Amino acid sequence: MTMIGWIQIALYCAVVLALVKPLGGYMTSVFNGERTFLSPILRPVEAGLYWIGGVDEKREQHWLTYTVAMLLFHVVGFLGLYAIMRLQAVLPFNPAGQSAVAEDLSFNTAISFITNTNWQNYGGESTMSYLTQMLGLTVHNFLSAAAGIALAVALIRGFARSSMRTIGNFWVDITRCTLYVLLPICIVYTLFLVWQGMPQTLGAYVDATTLEGAKQTIAVGPVASQVAIKMLGTNGGGFFNANAAHPFENPTALSNFIQMISIFALGAAMTNVFGRMVGNPRQGWAILAVMGVLFIVGVAITYGAEASGTTGLNALGLTGGNMEGKELRFGIVASSLFAVITTAASCGAVNAMHDSFTAIGGMIPLINMQLGEIIVGGVGAGLYGMLLFVVLAIFVAGLMVGRTPEYVGKKIEAREVKMAMLAILVLPLMYLGWTAVAVVLPSAVASMANAGPHGFTEVLYAFTSATGNNGSAFGGLTGNTFFYNLTLASSMFVGRFFMIVPAMALAGSLAAKKSIPASAGTLPTTGGLFVGLVIGVILIIGGLTFFPALALGPIVEHLAMTASTLF
Amino acid sequence: METLKLQKRVPVSAMLDSKIVIPAIGSAFKKLDPRLMIKNPVMFVVEVVAALTTVIFIKNVITGGSDLGFAFQIILWLWFTVLFANFAEAVAEGRGKAQAESLKKTRTESQAKLLTGSDSGDKSYRMVSGTSLKVGDVVLVEAGDNIPSDGEVIEGVASVNEAAITGESAPVIRESGGDRSAVTGGTQVLSDWIRVRITAAQGSTFIDRMIKLVEGAERQKTPNEIALNILLVGLTIIFVFATVTIPSYAAYAGGSISVVVLVALFVTLIPTTIGALLSAIGIAGMDRLVRFNVLAMSGRAVEAAGDVDTLLLDKTGTITLGNRQATAFRPVRGVTEQELADAAQLASLADETPEGRSIVVLAKEKYGIRGRDMAELSATFVPFTAQTRMSGVDAGGSSVRKGAVDSILAYVNGGASFAVASGNTVRAMQPAAMSDTAREIQAISDEIAKGGGTPLAVARDGKLLGVIHLKDIVKGGIRERFAELRRMGIRTIMITGDNPMTAAAIAAEAGVDDFLAQATPEDKLQLIRDEQAKGKLVAMCGDGTNDAPALAQADVGVAMNTGTQAAREAGNMVDLDSNPTKLIEVVEIGKQLLMTRGALTTFSIANDVAKYFAIIPAIFLAFYPQLEALNVMKLASPQSAILSAIIFNAIIIIALIPLALKGVAYRPIGAGALLGRNLLIYGLGGIIVPFIGIKAIDLVVTALHLV
Repeated sequence: MTMIGWIQIALYCAVVLALVKPLGGYMTSVFNGERTFLSPILRPVEAGLYWIGGVDEKREQHWLTYTVAMLLFHVVGFLGLYAIMRLQAVLPFNPAGQSAVAEDLSFNTAISFITNTNWQNYGGESTMSYLTQMLGLTVHNFLSAAAGIALAVALIRGFARSSMRTIGNFWVDITRCTLYVLLPICIVYTLFLVWQGMPQTLGAYVDATTLEGAKQTIAVGPVASQVAIKMLGTNGGGFFNANAAHPFENPTALSNFIQMISIFALGAAMTNVFGRMVGNPRQGWAILAVMGVLFIVGVAITYGAEASGTTGLNALGLTGGNMEGKELRFGIVASSLFAVITTAASCGAVNAMHDSFTAIGGMIPLINMQLGEIIVGGVGAGLYGMLLFVVLAIFVAGLMVGRTPEYVGKKIEAREVKMAMLAILVLPLMYLGWTAVAVVLPSAVASMANAGPHGFTEVLYAFTSATGNNGSAFGGLTGNTFFYNLTLASSMFVGRFFMIVPAMALAGSLAAKKSIPASAGTLPTTGGLFVGLVIGVILIIGGLTFFPALALGPIVEHLAMTASTLF
Repeated sequence: METLKLQKRVPVSAMLDSKIVIPAIGSAFKKLDPRLMIKNPVMFVVEVVAALTTVIFIKNVITGGSDLGFAFQIILWLWFTVLFANFAEAVAEGRGKAQAESLKKTRTESQAKLLTGSDSGDKSYRMVSGTSLKVGDVVLVEAGDNIPSDGEVIEGVASVNEAAITGESAPVIRESGGDRSAVTGGTQVLSDWIRVRITAAQGSTFIDRMIKLVEGAERQKTPNEIALNILLVGLTIIFVFATVTIPSYAAYAGGSISVVVLVALFVTLIPTTIGALLSAIGIAGMDRLVRFNVLAMSGRAVEAAGDVDTLLLDKTGTITLGNRQATAFRPVRGVTEQELADAAQLASLADETPEGRSIVVLAKEKYGIRGRDMAELSATFVPFTAQTRMSGVDAGGSSVRKGAVDSILAYVNGGASFAVASGNTVRAMQPAAMSDTAREIQAISDEIAKGGGTPLAVARDGKLLGVIHLKDIVKGGIRERFAELRRMGIRTIMITGDNPMTAAAIAAEAGVDDFLAQATPEDKLQLIRDEQAKGKLVAMCGDGTNDAPALAQADVGVAMNTGTQAAREAGNMVDLDSNPTKLIEVVEIGKQLLMTRGALTTFSIANDVAKYFAIIPAIFLAFYPQLEALNVMKLASPQSAILSAIIFNAIIIIALIPLALKGVAYRPIGAGALLGRNLLIYGLGGIIVPFIGIKAIDLVVTALHLV
């Protein structure tokens, strides 16, 4: 570890923190339906969209209506995306002449993009036409991100409101989020990326002759516009197979830094939206503090593990850390930091091969996802995931002050606990369950690139990443098989929607409750004690679930590595 | 009083005496019935897996498996875990049962004198069995008789021994009309007679309900218990996922894990500690109230008490001593204090009210005016009536009157009714119609009222002499109690019939947060509704029939046992000692109940960390020897590690029974400090204790060569 490395990490944190308040304030106005500085331009567009869709923006929805609207929206999105992939060979904007995407791969990819996972069992430049990339994948990058944010806002309203039946209007929330938040930032961001050297063209792939005289086809395309939303919306699906390690998808150190910022920007700002909407910004800061502590610890461990390398290589005098699978342009710090960020948030873009990390270095991304991607997390999804844990933490420990537990003025009772538990239950069911199936199924085991604990981790990582809607791949595992296409798709689906529905039920039940004014007898939820408590509950309740699996994967691999046994 | 109450609570050591423990052991086995166990989902799951492993074990014994001794011990401890949980519940119930036994003795078969005559003068009756009485029957109860069932006194006054329910041997007065008309079946009339209309059928009388409550027979899960159970079930399911997937992982790694070991891991991970003690905590909470002579009609009410945000307290009897006392004589110009004191004393000689007596006492203590004999003075007493609102004495041609200031002014003015009979009359009067003396009287009265006192004007032969200052005496220590409540986050509101000025002064002196002056029952009800609309939980106590709506509306309504039947029906708690100050303790007991649950839940979950470090390396060691590094406790062998963890898991239940029954101590130090303290003890403690405990058990297991 170096001082420069730590300064880079500190700088990163500082920039993210500095963005929290302005972005949070702006987003709060957007979701409260207030006028913003972009209203003069966007308001007519917004009104026009409602007119076309026949949406009455003044009419709010019950949580059930809201959820059904959200689900319908995703069904239509899924069908459209699946159709585009299956039909891309006959549709325009296909200069590379890509053929139709296979049925199971289309299914997996469609689920992957509507759930904000962007798990990629395909190589972008070798499978998808420009039309699929733009109209299919990029559009869903916007919509799945907007849906996540809308749902989080609905849950926040649940906490903020008192004795109300409604939690907002899904159509209005998703429209405003896309128009006022995602699009304007992405336009500026795309131009920045183009400036940094990222391609943005509808032209065909370029054929070049290398110095050795060999022919090489260089894939290009409308890259910058897709990368902007892929990062900002914590989608993570790369235009190219190599994702953010590809020079066209991450040309410079600056682009790398800004991409990292953009992964966290909206998720971190959502905590501020929460604080503002419940009437006490400190509530938001407390949640961000929980995320921040878990994040910094994760970065420190991964960075430490990668910087110290492996015992075997060190013994041979090959010190200087583990550079296997890392871009020389980024080095150990930026790769470690990127890996932790992309898994803490539900992004899944990668600029290094996580498979090649040391056992412990690769375990942190795994844990980040297993905790439910609540460390900043996916846009919106991170906040509602975190709030579910907060509900549990408050319930367990809140009793210790001698009152029925309350959080931001809402009593946490049977229904809230039930919904929080339901939402949290599905995660281990998917990733532990499918892993258990995969590791004893010979055909599934055959997909592993490595034997022993490392191979085990590859599978565990894949299902964890899918369930958490992260989409990053550990690498090594050949995922494009019938078995993995279907099981990973089911993990993504369950991981997204089986969490959303209880979270929305929670929003509905909270909104209907009275708000209780805080008193000296109320558990304070803005101080260090609360932050420590939530961290403890996350680590114990979350951590206990997957400790056996980790013991058999990265932990035993690490212990073996210290004895120079590799797998 | 306070120390007396504290002595009533039974110390922990006595809780676990053999009279309770021995029957509890028996019922621990009876409770193994799955139909009963299913009410406690976590322990039911343990029972199921214990049964399952037992079947497998028997099969292995027949077919000749290996490691039978180890498996046998694990299974034994699995059953112990279930039995210990049942034992905890049985002990908690046992304490209630002991109390119920003593109550049942009062419910002996009694004869009742059923009145047959229809008019009130007719005392003819026939003897019937107490059990045959119906609601609405009217019975005669005379000195020496037991009151056959709950009822309302409709005629007569009697002294009643209610020791059976209150434990207090001093008799209480029960009379028709007013707020002391309720009588309880099983209590005994000591003197006089009363005519009682029966209000409760056999089996649903107050004592019957008390017995059921303390026995826990009708115990239903409270909302918070239900929520906690959901959490515990959820955690259990998560650990099902975590354990059932392990064999597959092990198979991948080329090893296998026996069912009994897997079950051991599962049982140690699921929250058995809190699962085992949850119902004991609930029963003990109700029991603590009973020991405090407060009966909660449901566990829900006890829980609500912990959540109370606003306490409504009646001024008289709760905040102030019941009676106002004379503290000063304030004469008008031209009259000496001595003169006023003399007149005031004379006017009060025959006045048997506490206020009247305090005037006589003050006159004697301060001015040396000795008691006089009314007969000697050939004086006639003019009693207080609601119409005149004054009392006095006519003696030797002279008449002395004392009373409400406006009444005396009207009296002096020759009965001119410029005074309106309302609480605020002093202000309502026309200044122009008053003499200088009247104005002076009014000025003094205003001053007294502002200071929280009650002015009582004195006049002799139509001449105003001055004002007696009656003062409410705020109970000693009450201010500190309110400060304590404030630190608990509870707002106190004083309810009084006094005018706002007087109320404000007493409120300031007592240190309550707010007051409601000139309160009518409707105002009280409205206040409760307003507070509830703000999302607050309100507690109050009351005794009169007109308190009933407010008692019913309040989240916690404590009815005084001396109160009317209507009040007792409306409240969700009854204070057998009829001490309204107890509301504060009721709140503390509610908080204690919730805290105990939270503390043990936290402890239970935190325990899992150590159990993982004991069992995970143990079960995987065979195929990944590197995992020995996780054996941070340096447990002797995989088998001893697993056995030690399961033993710890079982005996921690027994070890925590006293805490579950006694409850975690509540301190009014504010929620933040309280959480910090409890997190340190039960959270951090919960992580550390099992490391030490499992290591210690491992040493014993190894020393005894159990594996």
